[in-house]
Amino acid sequence: MISEEEVQHIAKLARLGLTEKELGRFQKELSAILNYIEKLKEVDISGVEPTSHSIEMENVMREDEEKGKLKTKNKKLLELVPETKDGYLKVKSIL
Amino acid sequence: MELTELTITQAHEGLVKKEFSAFELCQAYLARLEKKDKEISAFLTVTKDSALSQAKKVDDMILEGREIPVLAGIPCAIKDNILVEDVRCTVASKILENYIAPYDATVVKKLKEENCLILGKTNLDEFAMGSSTENSAFGSTRNPYDLSRVPGGSSGGSAAAVAANLCLYALGSDTGGSIRQPASFCGIVGLKPTYGAVSRYGLIAFASSLDQIGPITKTVEDAKIVFEAIKGGDELDSTSVESKIANFRVPAARVQISNLRIGVPKEYFIKGMDPEVEKVIKEAIKKYEEMGAKIEEVSLSHTECALPCYYIIAPSEASANLARYDGIKYGLSESKGKDLLDVYLKSREEGFGPEVRRRIMLGTYALSAGYYEAYYLRAQKVRTLIKDDFDQAFKEVDAILTPVSPTPAFKLREKITDPLTMYLSDIFTVSVNLAGLPAISLPCGKVGKLPVGLQIIGKPFEEEKILAIGEILEKA
Repeated sequence: MISEEEVQHIAKLARLGLTEKELGRFQKELSAILNYIEKLKEVDISGVEPTSHSIEMENVMREDEEKGKLKTKNKKLLELVPETKDGYLKVKSIL
Repeated sequence: MELTELTITQAHEGLVKKEFSAFELCQAYLARLEKKDKEISAFLTVTKDSALSQAKKVDDMILEGREIPVLAGIPCAIKDNILVEDVRCTVASKILENYIAPYDATVVKKLKEENCLILGKTNLDEFAMGSSTENSAFGSTRNPYDLSRVPGGSSGGSAAAVAANLCLYALGSDTGGSIRQPASFCGIVGLKPTYGAVSRYGLIAFASSLDQIGPITKTVEDAKIVFEAIKGGDELDSTSVESKIANFRVPAARVQISNLRIGVPKEYFIKGMDPEVEKVIKEAIKKYEEMGAKIEEVSLSHTECALPCYYIIAPSEASANLARYDGIKYGLSESKGKDLLDVYLKSREEGFGPEVRRRIMLGTYALSAGYYEAYYLRAQKVRTLIKDDFDQAFKEVDAILTPVSPTPAFKLREKITDPLTMYLSDIFTVSVNLAGLPAISLPCGKVGKLPVGLQIIGKPFEEEKILAIGEILEKA
């Protein structure tokens, strides 16, 4: 069983606000899922390379050049921003 | 025949022969949608005006005597995690409730080049995380075969829409079974293409090494048509590939039943499976045998590890992908707090539903300091073993047949309270995503009134072959 502190720590890493009620629920649910996942510990993986990508492929390169049509796209993207100022994204103070 | 019961080919022929206009076809579907979707709730957004004006455009082309592409004017639906420019794209989450897509996904761009006709956007489990479409922030979709049951998920809206004749075909996405399982539950055809066969540009990312977009259709032929239209390499998705598809093409005409070697993995017929489902699947396999295919038992010995492996890899990738929803760049923003950290915490608390939060937590845990090797790296190594199993099996056989899901469609609320029970309904589908293989779900019988799907798994980039194998049973 993972501890309440661990749940809080993970939530903080994930930048996820939690309610009190959720804290206990996550503790229970995550423990159950992690317990199920423990099955993998029984598998012999010695000498096995990890797979991050199922289909073999090579690096894809392209020229580092400007693409057209960016202006209209930028306008649409900026319209989606919750708060802007002078064409910049506005955020709350960090310090 | 009713306009709303046609296949793509039939509808295309009707348009070309001027038996009906694209406008009439579109109106017929919109009318049916308006009436039927009240009980099914497959759609989150209906784009009536743009659909009707698109229909007029296609009619003009026909009147001018121009040749029209096969998908021109054919009413379709798009899963609401795939962007259609200027149309709301919610990913069934409160966090994107008011998000207007600023561009077209590559698959949508390709369909638009064929003058497709989009009726609207379909419901899904929030961020495609789920197997019942009950995790949608905007309510559950219901199974057209039995309204008290789920349509499966996460592409439940797309599958229900096709099954209820609310559209002619739909696009879904499949990360661990999200096209195949709802196709199975709704008695229609679903194709999960090889990883990389279809561009993911404009698909809202869940688990990037597993996600693929694919067609959900009424027939195998229709699946082939839609797959042809959306596949191909794309410079906007560097994991998509073009060249390999050409190299690996297996023309359907070359698939002869008497030359087919079909594998049946013994690990897929285990306790916990509904015996009625098992019976239907075994009968389908027997039909292939009777038609002359050679059936061989194969072993995929790491099958049991696939689900735990998936539930490390998928949530890990999801936790990274979903970091972008921060209340700053787009989407829901909760800015009442005092500083930037509060904006993050509150926006993500308000915006994400329970299953999404659970997976973000799980993924963050698996990737956090001290646990990475024990969980994520280990899972990636097990992934290699799962892939090796398939490579070995495919040395002996052309395709592998399995059930899609251990049960037919279950009741609403039956599994939603226990995440692990819900996860188990993907037990037969996740391996395919981990190995990057193509697979289809094909209706092959019923348990009571509920459809059961047969899964046909193929070698990488052999979509045409598994579709051809599917067509053999469909027409038998």
